[in-house]
Amino acid sequence: MTGPVGIAFPDGTPRLELRGICKRYPSVLANDQINLKVAPGEIHAVLGENGAGKSTLMKVIYGLVKPDAGELIWGGEAVAVTSPAQAQRLGIGMVFQHFSLFETLTVVQNIALGMTGKPDLGTLSAQIVAVSERYGLPVDPSRLVHTMSVGERQRVEIIRALLLNPRLLIMDEPTSVLTPQAVERLFETLRQLSDDGCSILYISHKLHEIKALCHAATVMRAGRVTGVCDPRQESPRSMARMMVGADLPVCRPSSIAAGTERCLVVDKLTRAADSAFGTALDQIDLVVHAGEIVGIAGVSGNGQKELLTALSGETPIPEKGRIELLGRPVGCTDPLTRRRLGLCFVPEERLGRGAVPTLTLAENALLTAHDSGMVKGGLLNFGAITAFTHRCIEGFQVKCGGPDAEARSLSGGNLQKFIIGREVLQKPKVLIVSQPTWGVDVGAAAFIRQTLIDLRNTGTAILVISEELDELFEICDSISVMVKGRLSKPIATAETDLTEIGLMMTGLSQRHDGHAAQRGSGDRQ
Amino acid sequence: MKLKLERRVAPSQIMQYLSPLLAVGLTALTGLCMFIAMGKDPATAFYVFAVQPIENLYGVGELLIKASPLILIGLGLAVGFRANVWNIGAEGQLTVGVIFSGVVALHYGPQGGSWVLPAMVVAGAFGGMLWSAIPAFLRTRFNANEILTSLMLTYVAQLWLSYLIYGPWRDPNGFNFPQSEPLAPSALFPILIEGTRLNASVLITLAAVVFTWFILKRSFVGYQLQVVGLSEPAARYAGFNGRRAVWIAMLAGGVASGIAGVGEIAGPLGQLFPTASPGYGFAAIIVAFLGRLQPIGIVLGGLLISLLYLSGEAAQMTLNLPSAITGLFQGVLLFFLLGADILITYRIRVIPGTVKLKKVTA
Amino acid sequence: MDTLSAIVIATLVAGTPLVYAGLGELVTEKSGMLNLGVEGMMLFGAVTAFAVTHATHNLWLGVLFAAFAGAVLAAIFALLTLTLKANQVASGLALAIFGAGASAFLGKPYVGVALAREPSELAAWVSGIPLIGSTLVLLHPLIYLSWAAFGGVFWFLYRTRAGLVLRAVGESPASAHSIGYPVNTVRLYAVLFGGAMAGIAGAYLAVVYTSLWVEGMTAGRGWIALALVVFATWRPERVLLGAYLFGGMTTVQLFAQGAGIPVPPEMMSALPYLATIVVLVLISRNPTLVQLNAPASLGKLFHGEA
Repeated sequence: MTGPVGIAFPDGTPRLELRGICKRYPSVLANDQINLKVAPGEIHAVLGENGAGKSTLMKVIYGLVKPDAGELIWGGEAVAVTSPAQAQRLGIGMVFQHFSLFETLTVVQNIALGMTGKPDLGTLSAQIVAVSERYGLPVDPSRLVHTMSVGERQRVEIIRALLLNPRLLIMDEPTSVLTPQAVERLFETLRQLSDDGCSILYISHKLHEIKALCHAATVMRAGRVTGVCDPRQESPRSMARMMVGADLPVCRPSSIAAGTERCLVVDKLTRAADSAFGTALDQIDLVVHAGEIVGIAGVSGNGQKELLTALSGETPIPEKGRIELLGRPVGCTDPLTRRRLGLCFVPEERLGRGAVPTLTLAENALLTAHDSGMVKGGLLNFGAITAFTHRCIEGFQVKCGGPDAEARSLSGGNLQKFIIGREVLQKPKVLIVSQPTWGVDVGAAAFIRQTLIDLRNTGTAILVISEELDELFEICDSISVMVKGRLSKPIATAETDLTEIGLMMTGLSQRHDGHAAQRGSGDRQ
Repeated sequence: MKLKLERRVAPSQIMQYLSPLLAVGLTALTGLCMFIAMGKDPATAFYVFAVQPIENLYGVGELLIKASPLILIGLGLAVGFRANVWNIGAEGQLTVGVIFSGVVALHYGPQGGSWVLPAMVVAGAFGGMLWSAIPAFLRTRFNANEILTSLMLTYVAQLWLSYLIYGPWRDPNGFNFPQSEPLAPSALFPILIEGTRLNASVLITLAAVVFTWFILKRSFVGYQLQVVGLSEPAARYAGFNGRRAVWIAMLAGGVASGIAGVGEIAGPLGQLFPTASPGYGFAAIIVAFLGRLQPIGIVLGGLLISLLYLSGEAAQMTLNLPSAITGLFQGVLLFFLLGADILITYRIRVIPGTVKLKKVTA
Repeated sequence: MDTLSAIVIATLVAGTPLVYAGLGELVTEKSGMLNLGVEGMMLFGAVTAFAVTHATHNLWLGVLFAAFAGAVLAAIFALLTLTLKANQVASGLALAIFGAGASAFLGKPYVGVALAREPSELAAWVSGIPLIGSTLVLLHPLIYLSWAAFGGVFWFLYRTRAGLVLRAVGESPASAHSIGYPVNTVRLYAVLFGGAMAGIAGAYLAVVYTSLWVEGMTAGRGWIALALVVFATWRPERVLLGAYLFGGMTTVQLFAQGAGIPVPPEMMSALPYLATIVVLVLISRNPTLVQLNAPASLGKLFHGEA
């Protein structure tokens, strides 16, 4: 028995059902016989680690990707979703992990673009305000997007989806850009939506969140469904088992105390934003000692990129502030000079910055490790290059086709292991790592974290910048928080917790460095 | 039945070598169709185009002497293109090379001396380098697009040479024709093979081929250029100096073009004309692409484009076709080359039409 | 007629091909496509217009066919870059080289041929309009049309939804694609429009500005048009301004020669090219300005979903 789309069915017909969805790409089977059922008003998690096939599945539901086989049943009727426009007509909305917003346009222009027909901008603005108030997502329709923070942009995306009155809302990894407090507010919004009868597909790999929010969960691993459960009844450990197929690896914490040598010193570093879309740095103070891991927490967009390029030397800093590497001032020097002094750096963009996608692993080893005997008299020493690459591949368990495999043929986790291996093998005195395990599968992530701890124990000074608070708490000796271009004083990890750091990320906490108190509310992130 | 482009798992090595051949074949095919449409006999046309220009020793000499500047400039440009630096002003750099070496040739040539020719080469290289240094400077200092600046400078250079030839450098004994006086013997490259116009400038090109191969394949500098061209953020991350790469890239093209210009006036031309070359600076762009930016490929590409130039002249004489046909074919060849390159990263799949299965009822 | 009006008219006349070509390339680049082949499309349009006008004695038919010819060449560019995913810079260069070669080849029979100037009924009628008629008729209809084209492009880009979509595609094709817009189709139309406009610019040069066909007669105007779009920071009103500034430069050259100023003619001819370099430097040296105005995806390859 069918009725108009959007009405809850008394006989328990699912809002959305997937049967046997398959999607194959040339190098991987992304979705293999996926079955999924979402009840009306249910918050349904799709749980899996990076590379499990979750994003592909969502793209199938939203009409961006055509499945090779399988059925999609919406409200009891089989449908073929051929485009996002058609998905929206059916009542499916999606909030992407990477926003589809146009920076140089205003909020209302952006939303208008996402709608069919020619909506009147004035009426649309009023509607935006109404929805934003109802669900607690404050947004100003006439603001240009490039002036907005990441959290604000996500609100625009959510409102854009809500304006179409969806009966199913897909949220793809929504909390990777939010502070813990903002996550809570998002959850309130989602619960309210669920009460109003909208189903929610919540894509994530964060077990605690899923347990806190979701009514049901479908677990995926390597393209298949490995289990369906009720997160409220499960423990994070049992869900992790379904997600990974084994117990989650745990890092061996280090018991060696940190050293006293000040390897990296940053003193009152100030820098204007170098582009219209950047963040200015304001009086950054930072010290990393030998044999210690210092973490910087913070949602991206608060100046991390600018701090990193100042530290690595990719953008030399003008007058104000001082950077010292092992006692030597390096503020105006280029990356090569800093490398020779013993600095190594792992950037957050693997392909396209940490490695050149179309070059082989051997050629990519040459990118930063060339001082390790690979260049003699200006000419390349292919023997030394290949030997180094082999050592890197074997020592860091990089699954690949050998030193001649193209960088882009590796999975995210393996490429990250290679890049970290390449830097570690250079025996750096200072290592800076940005987002070490972003987009990396669980096994490789644990390996990488253990590598960092082991490196710390040999006396290297390590600076880690990460959005994953769990990770920072696992490996760091002390944590600072970066908000709007300012860095807080570091706090020993043992003396703080997630809530406090979360508060600091919104700029409200007292422990924030004694600069002028942040004006405005937690709205600012 | 549908054709679909499907991404390959890994780029096809074979197609890297096959696609230029495919492009040449398609161009030839297009040419044949054109000839048939114009009422020319395709067999004769093919003979005129491919065989006639090189059927004797003189012809082979012509082929080589035309290929020499194409290859030389192509090498210089390839170094630049690898680093994503688009030097389109090679023609202008060649022209300024002609001007600078022309100064030496016209003033010191008549007096003679074995130093004149080497001095001309140096002067020509310097002139070309100077003219390419301007776009390099404008790009590294002001971020100005080097395609447009180098091209604008080409027009300026051509006007400069034109002014000189129509004015102060006009041959007083030349019956008022726009040309300089003929260059003295000491200002000319010695002929290598009797009965041809093949001169010693090809030796410079040969040396350049070897040198470029070393730089691109074996040197760290070549690697840095490659990284700068492939991924600017990665180059910055590695600490490779992007500005230095732009300078090296532009100067390489400038020096090569300048020397190529000397080869022209101190070679087959024997004097200066208002146009320094029949568009070698632009044709060399095609040579560089045809040769996949690799030295060996550029040699082959240079020979092919040189043949195309000769064919144009032969076609004008024998088939009564305008010699501008050369430019037409060059453009067509480049089109096909760019189009055929897709097959390196994608393959064509034929999807048969769906056959409707009838439901079998028991 | 006094010198001032002579200068103004000469400026308008000289700047018109740049207006057409510049506006066309502006729209193309706004969608994220960098088509360097403007010079080639202009030449191809010029030879087509000349040939058709010569054969039919109808200037407007010549212009129409020229627009079509420019669009055909632009379609080849679109095929290479959108379907076959070739590098845009290389493809644009190929287009320029092909256009130059093809036009030289096709135009050989027309070298030295003059187009008969037909007295125009429209012109006779316009000059009959009281007060302004005699002034209006001094400018060719294509100049008035170029102003209409400017108005049309401006209105399209900033007052219509289709224009908003085009700008969105140019800024972030990935985002536009995920919202559901057909990125490649939008870009195709933008490229075709640019080609047609370049064709008209070439036609104007061959049958209005002069009545001759000469090999390579655009003399770099296509490249100047590209620089013009950068100089105008991708705003149509500035393209118009810049086109007339360059037109003025050509005029200065003519008047200086006429006034007997002892500067070699080649140096005056070099002025527009040098001026192009100068304006390019002035605009490019401010990266923020470029970043905020240039279509963010200009020249980059866009991979659609499977």
